[in-house]
Amino acid sequence: MNDKRGPTSGQLEFTFSRRALFIGGVQAVIGAVVATRMAYISVAENEKYKLLSESNRVNLTLIPPRRGWFIDRIGKPIATNRADFRVDIIPDRLQSKEQTLGALTQLLDLKQEDVERIEKELKEAQGFQPVQVAAGLEYESFARVSVRLPDLPGVSPRQGFSRFYPSGAAVGHLLGYVGTVSAEEYRLDKNPLLITPGFKVGKQGLEKTMETRLRGQPGAKRTEVTARGKIVRELSSRSDTPGKPVQLTIDIDLHNYAARRLGVESGSVVVIDCLTGDILALVSMPCFDPNSFSEGIGRLEWKMLNSDDRIPMLNKSLQGLYPPGSTLKPMAGLAFLKHGIDPEEKVSCPGGYRLGNRVFKCLGRHGPMDMRSAIMKSCNTYFYSMANRVGYDAIAPIAKQLGLGQEFPLPFQSQRYGTIPDSAWKMKKYDQEWSRSDTLNAVIGQGYVIVSPFQLAVMASRIASGRMLEPEILLKNRKAGAHLPFPDEHLQVVRDGMDLVVNGAGTAVRSRLDLPDVTMAGKTGTAQVRAIKGGQRGQSGARRYRDHGLFVCFAPVAQPRYAAAVVIEHGLGGARAAAPVAKDVLTFLYDREKAMASLEALEAGWGGGIEERMARQYAAFQAEQGVPAAERSEM
Amino acid sequence: MNGIVPAPIAALPWRVIFVLFGLASFGTAVLYSAAGGSFSPWAGNHFLRFCVLMTMAVVMSRLPLDFWKKITFPLYVVLLLMLVAVELIGFAGGGSQRWINLGIITFQPSELMKPTVVLVTAWFFDRLPPSKITSFDAIWPVAVMLVVPSILVIIQPDFDAALAYIFCAAVVGFLAGWPMIYFVAGGVAVSILAPLVYFFGLRPYQQDRVLIFLNPENDPLGKGYHITQSKIAIGSGGIFGKGFGNGTQSHLDYLPEGHTDFIFATMAEEWGLFGGLIIIGLYVLLMRWGLKVAMESTNRYGQLVAGGLTCTIFFYIMVNLLMVVGLAPVAGLPLPFVSHGGSSMLTMMICVGIIMSIERHPGRRTFS
Repeated sequence: MNDKRGPTSGQLEFTFSRRALFIGGVQAVIGAVVATRMAYISVAENEKYKLLSESNRVNLTLIPPRRGWFIDRIGKPIATNRADFRVDIIPDRLQSKEQTLGALTQLLDLKQEDVERIEKELKEAQGFQPVQVAAGLEYESFARVSVRLPDLPGVSPRQGFSRFYPSGAAVGHLLGYVGTVSAEEYRLDKNPLLITPGFKVGKQGLEKTMETRLRGQPGAKRTEVTARGKIVRELSSRSDTPGKPVQLTIDIDLHNYAARRLGVESGSVVVIDCLTGDILALVSMPCFDPNSFSEGIGRLEWKMLNSDDRIPMLNKSLQGLYPPGSTLKPMAGLAFLKHGIDPEEKVSCPGGYRLGNRVFKCLGRHGPMDMRSAIMKSCNTYFYSMANRVGYDAIAPIAKQLGLGQEFPLPFQSQRYGTIPDSAWKMKKYDQEWSRSDTLNAVIGQGYVIVSPFQLAVMASRIASGRMLEPEILLKNRKAGAHLPFPDEHLQVVRDGMDLVVNGAGTAVRSRLDLPDVTMAGKTGTAQVRAIKGGQRGQSGARRYRDHGLFVCFAPVAQPRYAAAVVIEHGLGGARAAAPVAKDVLTFLYDREKAMASLEALEAGWGGGIEERMARQYAAFQAEQGVPAAERSEM
Repeated sequence: MNGIVPAPIAALPWRVIFVLFGLASFGTAVLYSAAGGSFSPWAGNHFLRFCVLMTMAVVMSRLPLDFWKKITFPLYVVLLLMLVAVELIGFAGGGSQRWINLGIITFQPSELMKPTVVLVTAWFFDRLPPSKITSFDAIWPVAVMLVVPSILVIIQPDFDAALAYIFCAAVVGFLAGWPMIYFVAGGVAVSILAPLVYFFGLRPYQQDRVLIFLNPENDPLGKGYHITQSKIAIGSGGIFGKGFGNGTQSHLDYLPEGHTDFIFATMAEEWGLFGGLIIIGLYVLLMRWGLKVAMESTNRYGQLVAGGLTCTIFFYIMVNLLMVVGLAPVAGLPLPFVSHGGSSMLTMMICVGIIMSIERHPGRRTFS
């Protein structure tokens, strides 16, 4: 095709040699590139790749730390950890979901509810993040799974610790409960410990507020794993450092007793040490069992708790607000004395008090009453008359000094402080002038006044001790507060009145302490839930319209040591419902046997202790929700 | 390159045998370690295979150069038929198949086609009058001889093999004296065509390999896993490595294909940069020997075959090493004489045997 003379063979020979040398050069260059690149990776970037190789090889498993204990004032455990056998599924290693779940359902006797939860969690879970099958297992069930392990790839039985509250429901509101970390909590703190299986954080109450102290340091287990996640060998492990214990001011025996003594009622008991302000008991019942939460609460149990009209999820001691009724009368007495009223001055009670054209009723016709007898008889007429004289703006500051309407620096998530009204408050809130009838309603603890049972107990402790006691829940050495800004004589007058309530001819004589040398002083209160309509006085009809029963007290009268407040929701009356509880609780402090005898007699009538009654309630609820009897379990 | 080190080392055949023995022994040691300190399943097999095939290569070296020249074209035709046969077997079996099972040995015709492309191209240039080298007559026969097997392997689909054929033919053409402008124009054409081929010519899994090569961290658990783990193995080895038998990347299965395509990474983890330089050094000696044989041959066919086969071996080395150090996409080419695997070792040894034969029979100048 090409007619021009092309290259000769000699030229091609020369071209060949040149080009072969060129190829050799290119090869050398590529060899040098590879060698340089390799040197760069293995020398300059050695550290980086060493680290990557280590993180490939080593799998770090955290061992959740044991949570610090809660102990009471003498060191008795309130919350501990108990050895817990649990079974998890590691989604990545699961081969046949249906088969494995089926086998586990049989071995562990899982309920339909649990299986649904596990399936849902498995769908959401990713990779190596274990999904809990069951926790808090008996050793036998645990062993049954362990021996079948070779047939159950992906199933991981392990031994850990779970939170245990020996007192059960009695301490639910005091301590709160623990639970697994929510997605939100993990988003805020990306600590890998938080998503370690078996790790729980405080979700409520002191468990939540004392979290940092209780948590401790996790242990760690380093294992060498293959790319497929098979463990080759254990490299090293460090054991966990348990969290520090928290010592409370609570006397757990007293606390448990008070919880049991509330029985079938819904209410609260608060006991305060008059020497220091230490909270000895802080009970609110009914309550959830915090043990149910630490094991992961069932859907049905949760539903039951939330549908109960006695609101077991609410801490009534700190968050329940009630009109205090006549329990505020000793406080009002102090205010009158401060404003120069002579305690001996008598007011005659004809059964009511006329203000303008309206008559404010008294509970009886008490005749002539001085301050002491007015407290004893809870005579409204006396307090209407004197309050009308000094005005409520003179009384409200005294109420606040005694702790009413106040919030205290306690490590609880929320306290509700209620209302102690005065004219400025009413103007701000309703844009209305304070009226004399407002004063009359407020002085007998009705109208705008609402307080928490805890505040009532603080008030009782301050009146009893005469000191500005600051309530405290964490045990520490403290000085008693300063003297209240009232002379001792004033305090003595109202204490005398409260003594007469129980030991004279007062409203709570039936709750006199049955002890040889200890007497109790107190004040009853009966608070209306709604405005009185017609002749109905809140003493009958639907439960939710019945009056609340309240009682504040202290003992011994001569040298006050303990102060308490008891509130029984819809208990009809302070003398009838609350004072007997206070009597038994204070008796417990001096004579446990006598108090227990009284309690056991009552419990026989109520159908057993707290646990027994709750189990029965849960079974009844399950039946109502249509769960077949065979699947029902005790709580 | 041959001026740097004095020549005698490469001059004697047993020197080459020594170099290959070094590579194969090193490979055996690495395979022994990769199996957790055991000759089975890889190391023993590998060394035995090396010995058998080395013997075969020495036997091949006794055959005269004319023998190779004579069988070149028939061999090419037989392999083409085999490629068609493989295609038909694969079609009948309902899937892609690349190998033929001959009972004792299975082999891939597409693999054997690589040195054969060198032989047949050299055979063609040997017959072509020197004056025609710049004409179109010097191109179209090569193109035809290249296109037929390339199409057959691309439908397998084995795009990598087709690339290897093109590389082999181009190298022989380059050595034979094709005008330089072809290569410049070819380079320009490739840089224009590459994106087009990428979008229209590659299968999705092949596109993935290119993308992942460009940024392996994008897909650390998927296909970029190979490159990432290979770099971790090499990088964590450091200068002297983690020590024999201590490689965690390979022993704990983080490095995929640690005994075949990624054996260099397995080696580097335990022997470090030091081991890498030894292997690269041995390859330098091998290449130097091959090119030296080509340059000392006085026979045009011998020159072109020796140079072309040397570059065929080099193609394997280059693609594999650039891949394991993360400079080229993942391609399924093993590391010659080191990786475990029979098919490629057979090809490599055929190359070596023929080069040794050329070394033994440098011939007279036979241009007409």
